[in-house]
Amino acid sequence: MNRHRDARVGILFASPWILGFLIFLAYPLISSLYTSFTSYSVLRQPKWVGIDNYRELYFDEVFRGNLVNTLYYAVGAVPLSTAVAIGLALLLNSKVKGMAVYRTLFFLPSLVPMVALGTLFLWVFNSDYGLLNSALRGMGISPPNWLGDPAWAKGTLILIAMWGCGQAMIIYLAGLQDVPASLLEAAELDGAKPASQMRHVILPMLSPVILFNVIMGIIGSLQVFTVPYVMFPGGAPARSTYFFAMYLYDNAFQYQRMGYASAMGWVMFGITLGLTLLSLKISEKYVHYEGG
Amino acid sequence: MIGRLVTLGVVVTVLAVAFVMGEQVVRRDEGTQKTTVIYWEKWTGDEAKEMRKVVDAFNRSQNKIFVRYLSISGVDQKTKLATAGGHPPDIAGIWQDQLCQMADEKSLMDLRPMADAAGLNRDYYIPAYYDALTYEKGLWALPSTPASVGLHVRPDLVPAEYASPETFPKTLEGLDELTRKISIRKPDGRIQMAAFLPSNPGWWNWAWPNYFGGKLIDGDKVTINTPEARRALNWYAGYSKQFGSQEVQTFQSGFANFASPQDPFMDGKVAAEMNGVWKANYIRVYKPGLKWFAVPMPYPADRPDLAGHANLSQDVLAIPRGAAHPKEAFEFIKYVQRQDVMEGLCAGHGKNSPLAKVSEKFFTTHPNRFIRLFDKLARSPKAFSPPMVGIYPQISSEMNVAFQQVSTGAKTPEVALADAQTRLEGLWATYRKQILGIQP
Repeated sequence: MNRHRDARVGILFASPWILGFLIFLAYPLISSLYTSFTSYSVLRQPKWVGIDNYRELYFDEVFRGNLVNTLYYAVGAVPLSTAVAIGLALLLNSKVKGMAVYRTLFFLPSLVPMVALGTLFLWVFNSDYGLLNSALRGMGISPPNWLGDPAWAKGTLILIAMWGCGQAMIIYLAGLQDVPASLLEAAELDGAKPASQMRHVILPMLSPVILFNVIMGIIGSLQVFTVPYVMFPGGAPARSTYFFAMYLYDNAFQYQRMGYASAMGWVMFGITLGLTLLSLKISEKYVHYEGG
Repeated sequence: MIGRLVTLGVVVTVLAVAFVMGEQVVRRDEGTQKTTVIYWEKWTGDEAKEMRKVVDAFNRSQNKIFVRYLSISGVDQKTKLATAGGHPPDIAGIWQDQLCQMADEKSLMDLRPMADAAGLNRDYYIPAYYDALTYEKGLWALPSTPASVGLHVRPDLVPAEYASPETFPKTLEGLDELTRKISIRKPDGRIQMAAFLPSNPGWWNWAWPNYFGGKLIDGDKVTINTPEARRALNWYAGYSKQFGSQEVQTFQSGFANFASPQDPFMDGKVAAEMNGVWKANYIRVYKPGLKWFAVPMPYPADRPDLAGHANLSQDVLAIPRGAAHPKEAFEFIKYVQRQDVMEGLCAGHGKNSPLAKVSEKFFTTHPNRFIRLFDKLARSPKAFSPPMVGIYPQISSEMNVAFQQVSTGAKTPEVALADAQTRLEGLWATYRKQILGIQP
């Protein structure tokens, strides 16, 4: 009897979350799956169209271009962010006076709101007056057109992604501090140089954290939206920075094609899920768990 | 435990009641028996201030209706979502180019019966403006402020023989020649000043084919890939070839926002710029004393029949489907259409009037000294508005992409237009099938 009452009380206390999950997550998810098989403009009742939206997506060149742009961005941004975040975490893990200040300073950029970040980098990367190109010209280098040249625009966004690697850096830092000192000492006694310690002790111990950050990075970069939306309206130049989430947004809210946008959302869910499962599969070989 | 649950229940109930009642509180009548009309508008700053003056004057002018003006960002999208949710504003201040899509979605009220009864018919307006509000036999909005577009020129940056509206080149070929003659490059090859760039400000790429005599929609056919459009793109691409695609991109990336003193026209980076009647307002604020004049956009030399052409745009007042007080909302819209009210508002916004009848005082006191030209452009039979079709947002987007592809050298005009045509035909077929219910 008591167990039943405890269960009821437990459910009651969990009910805000349960309700929130059902109303704000489960219902929209199921609803969007249904919507993806309809023609739905928000202003009218959804009309069942079967797999028409998915068929149209298959032949949609802009959609394919978006996918390529988004995967290009993910392939560039995730490894680079991971390397930069680990590098910073290693630096911030050293025993130097005033380290708390350094850690704060390196973390601060990740708190900058995305819209402000986009606006800021519009000026940093400005071809004519930007800080970067002024510096490059000062060094006698002919600078590229970071924002206007389709060949450079995506690369610019990948570079900007480094600005927000503070979050991952903090997690790596916590992971580094979890590396047992005894292992490092043992490696040192066995004559392992710092590079060898890094390869054979630190990275294996850090591998679960790397896996987590990489998966989060993949999910985040597949959903990249705000910064390119602010910096490159319409995916200019010539859709070279038109990413998946931007096209989804345009379909949903500019063109009133909510059914099509929902189908896009589910395709992206499938891709994200596939890449996550692939990462987990690959991780079986490379990720070392202390307890396993 | 029971006591805590009761307390929790009471708190939840109070919050729920407050949530439900909140909307009624927001809609509370300001006076004793007044009906509150909720008016969502895009404008902020000075433009909002001018419309607030109109709203305040209307509220003072009678004692039955109280209009509540709310500046709303993303007003179009929020209006659509609020309409879908069954709780729209009574008046939405949106853009004319969205009317067809919203009318197709049955999300706007047809104002024609009320407008006709009030005498607000085609004769009351400049025809091109009125026609752009009518679609599929319905009248979906009435204007708040309209605009027409012309070429703005800095006389101090062009040779003396071109430095007046009378002597400035009338044809596109003349403009091209002037650009070749007076544009300046820096020693390192970068552009210092371009007489004219068709990609600046780049807001009306969809309109270039019209400036060569084409049109984007013909009956129920998408007609993007036409000789006129190809000619327009080739002309546009000529500027990239002349200056160098990379150089143009680098140069334009240094252009600041139009609402700043670093605007390329005000900053002397371009000598001539295609822009709307409102440009004078920004010049007055950010570069007072700047010398400039306006002329109609030049026409192709072999098409003198196109002289005096201009693209038009309008901010409009619409009543969304399901509005709580449509009659009262229309009373306010009707008030805005009064000649004195409209002229005050348009002068405040630095724009021309959409009305057929305009007072001499409007012209003589208007802050834009070329207002007669913009008024004349709007009245020209060659004036044109965005294509009246529900896929206008996609057309605009595809045209932007085509022009960017051509200016970056990614595609030839022919290929870019053929691709845009194919894509838009597909989108149009889907739209007709899914939204208009027309089977292919």
